[in-house]
Amino acid sequence: MDSSATTAGTEPVFHLEEEHAHAEGSSTMLGFWLYLMSDCLIFAMLFAAYGVLGANYAAGPAPKDLFDLDLVAINTTMLLLSSITYGFAMLTMDKGRVAATQAWLAVTGLFGLAFLSIELYEFAHMIHEGATPQRSAFLSSFFTLVGTHGLHVTFGIVWLVTLMTQVARFGLIEANRRRLMCLSMFWHFLDVVWIGVFTFVYLMGMLR
Amino acid sequence: MPDTLTKFIFGRLTLDSLPLHEPIVVATFVAVALGGIALLGAITYFKLWGYLWREWFTSVDHKKIGIMYMVLGLVMLLRGFSDAIMMRLQQAIAFNGSEGYLNSHHYDQIFTAHGVIMIFFVAMPFVTGLMNFVVPLQIGARDVSFPFLNNFSFWMTVGGAILVMASLFVGEFARTGWLAYPPLSGIGYSPDVGVDYYIWALQVAGVGTTLSGINLICTIIKMRAPGMTMMRMPVFTWTSLCTNVLIVASFPVLTAVLSLLALDRYVGTNFFTNDFGGNPMMYVNLIWIWGHPEVYILILPLFGVFSEVTSTFSGKRLFGYTSMVYATVVITILSYLVWLHHFFTMGSGASVNSFFGITTMIISIPTGAKIFNWLFTMYRGRIRFELPMMWTMAFMLTFVVGGMTGVLLAVPPADFVLHNSLFLIAHFHNVIIGGVLFGLFAGIAYWWPKAFGFKLDPFWGKVSFWCWVVGFWFAFMPLYILGLMGVTRRMRVFDDPSLQIWFVIAAFGAVLIAFGIAAFLIQIFVSIRKREALTDPTGDPWDGRTLEWSTSSPPPAYNFAFTPVVRDNDAWWDMKKAGYTRPLSGFKPIHMPSNTGTGVILAAFSVALGFGLIWYMWWLAALSFVCLIATAIGHTFNYHRDFHIPAAEVTQTEEARTTLLVAQG
Repeated sequence: MDSSATTAGTEPVFHLEEEHAHAEGSSTMLGFWLYLMSDCLIFAMLFAAYGVLGANYAAGPAPKDLFDLDLVAINTTMLLLSSITYGFAMLTMDKGRVAATQAWLAVTGLFGLAFLSIELYEFAHMIHEGATPQRSAFLSSFFTLVGTHGLHVTFGIVWLVTLMTQVARFGLIEANRRRLMCLSMFWHFLDVVWIGVFTFVYLMGMLR
Repeated sequence: MPDTLTKFIFGRLTLDSLPLHEPIVVATFVAVALGGIALLGAITYFKLWGYLWREWFTSVDHKKIGIMYMVLGLVMLLRGFSDAIMMRLQQAIAFNGSEGYLNSHHYDQIFTAHGVIMIFFVAMPFVTGLMNFVVPLQIGARDVSFPFLNNFSFWMTVGGAILVMASLFVGEFARTGWLAYPPLSGIGYSPDVGVDYYIWALQVAGVGTTLSGINLICTIIKMRAPGMTMMRMPVFTWTSLCTNVLIVASFPVLTAVLSLLALDRYVGTNFFTNDFGGNPMMYVNLIWIWGHPEVYILILPLFGVFSEVTSTFSGKRLFGYTSMVYATVVITILSYLVWLHHFFTMGSGASVNSFFGITTMIISIPTGAKIFNWLFTMYRGRIRFELPMMWTMAFMLTFVVGGMTGVLLAVPPADFVLHNSLFLIAHFHNVIIGGVLFGLFAGIAYWWPKAFGFKLDPFWGKVSFWCWVVGFWFAFMPLYILGLMGVTRRMRVFDDPSLQIWFVIAAFGAVLIAFGIAAFLIQIFVSIRKREALTDPTGDPWDGRTLEWSTSSPPPAYNFAFTPVVRDNDAWWDMKKAGYTRPLSGFKPIHMPSNTGTGVILAAFSVALGFGLIWYMWWLAALSFVCLIATAIGHTFNYHRDFHIPAAEVTQTEEARTTLLVAQG
């Protein structure tokens, strides 16, 4: 804030002589945070729906009949590792090392793909056993919550590939660094949501 | 063509889907088609397409986007009001065995469309348009934080409106009421396309609304002129900030709940079904968790308008600025704690109902504080009864009644009697027309000269004002009485002939409102014709107090040649009092965002995606989805989204204004 504007005794200042440029992308981080919070609300609704409907098995299978915690543990590891490797990508980005950044991003994408594959395998297995989203409200809310998270990861991977292309073509310019920061927040956000899913859906589901 | 191929291409769309058997719809279609052809023909004849595309459709200028939002709101107001007056006419004549002139299939679509259109495609575009136009000017900024996103948001809102309008002529709209409660809106009871139109129109428009909310929050937080601390922001900017916080914190809920309803309908899940463990009341809860904040999204910016208008036309600083800000913030928070009052009759028990009844009543305290602040601002002020001030006073008298009936409805035992009755209808029209609509007319009359450089014609404005205000009282007071007598909402025919007189009075009121709308359109037309006589070269026609009045009318693309420095709440008033003189030299090049057509293209693909999903044209849905993603990704490869307005051009613009001001003396 321009404190001289309010100093008594001097000539009042009504405008800035110099171009008052808001730095390029100065609002982007705030804007992306706000987007993430709005997305968080969508997940909050899905968690709430699962909370209300999660025990309505309609004489169908319950979590204990369906969940394979070993598989989910492997899956969780994949996603957590992908977050760590994204962190490494950001560290190398700060040092301006394009090749290393790209490599870590690629590793992140592979972990993401592994996560998705395991999730799809789990879904296919459940559907094969007759535990379809249509079977009960529990399964409807389960597939929707976990599936929405999976869709976000899918979208994140598409975004990751796009950014890798852009980094390859234009280098680690300011705009690309900003974009990588946004994707970084998105990726870690999905990790946080997954910890909620893992705890709330899988672990507590087994206790029901 | 083999049947399966036809089915693949057109999905459920057949020739029978066109409502050719409904003479009213056919006549409307013919009228709209002729009007549309005439309009498109005129644009082509006068070779305006290029101009519209370059200067408006692809514009990222917040002022032009704001004006386009207002045009959208106005067009949709005509549609929403047509629905209203058709209902009033039906209810006025459907007595003594008469079936009226609307069959139930058509009537049910009309009341649903009326509610959906008035909230989502009239009130929302008007409010968003006003915020878009005014907020950056009030905070001394050159544009919003994300200019492209702003354009995209607008076109998504248009996309939603297009889908709703398409439902009138291709297929049908929902017959469920404006919130589409399941199980009625489930696939079992609404197997046709109506609810699907509803879902996808709102989803497409909702993306736009959420993004525009994020955009305006960032703008207000990040782009204020130096010196403008939070507690020096104009009240309209404050209320806009709170409204956009509400938007970002509530529209995702709507997105989620409509997605779940869509899953129930398309995939066969069991969120809101009656069997397999579903829970329809969860839908009602979730949609009102969005729905109650939504009504505050609509009214808060108008509270800001009334604050600006009252202090300007009383020639005084606003009374109780700080309390006004806190009242706004308190309302923002409380609006999340009252949703259950929309369905006290759900049967959640006395404790839960008491909690929500009390929180609802508490909201009247900050709202009442605002009313007193406006009254005290007027007290001993030198009030000028210009059009915006007239609307503000009509608001205060009307809105208080609506507020009090609201408190009445907040009492759970009373609500058990009045739930779903015409009393409720009268209440929310009382606050939405008396608050939102009157506020919009005040705002339009107030900022019109800023947007176009000439005032609105006061005579036709006053005709419109009196028709609206008197028409409102005639149209809705009978509904309070009918509601107290136990008449429920959404009825098509009536048995008790003693009720008819009240419906006739209400219909008379609706006709007066129709004159009010006509007078408003005439006012715009006459004002444009007489713009030389009504011109305002000063840029400050009302002796205004906030920064938007410090620049020219209409403002240049860059809004302010130099970024203003703010020293007081009423920044422009302070500048005028402290002997501000306009800088005449030393202009610098100004950094501005470039126009882009990507927003229009993305919204067009979204409409196609929605249309494909509605009609089960899976190829269309898949194709447009792929195109949507590809276009969005393609857009990110464009790194050159800005340019500089050369200093010479700024100098030229500013010198032209100097000449005008000098000629004016």
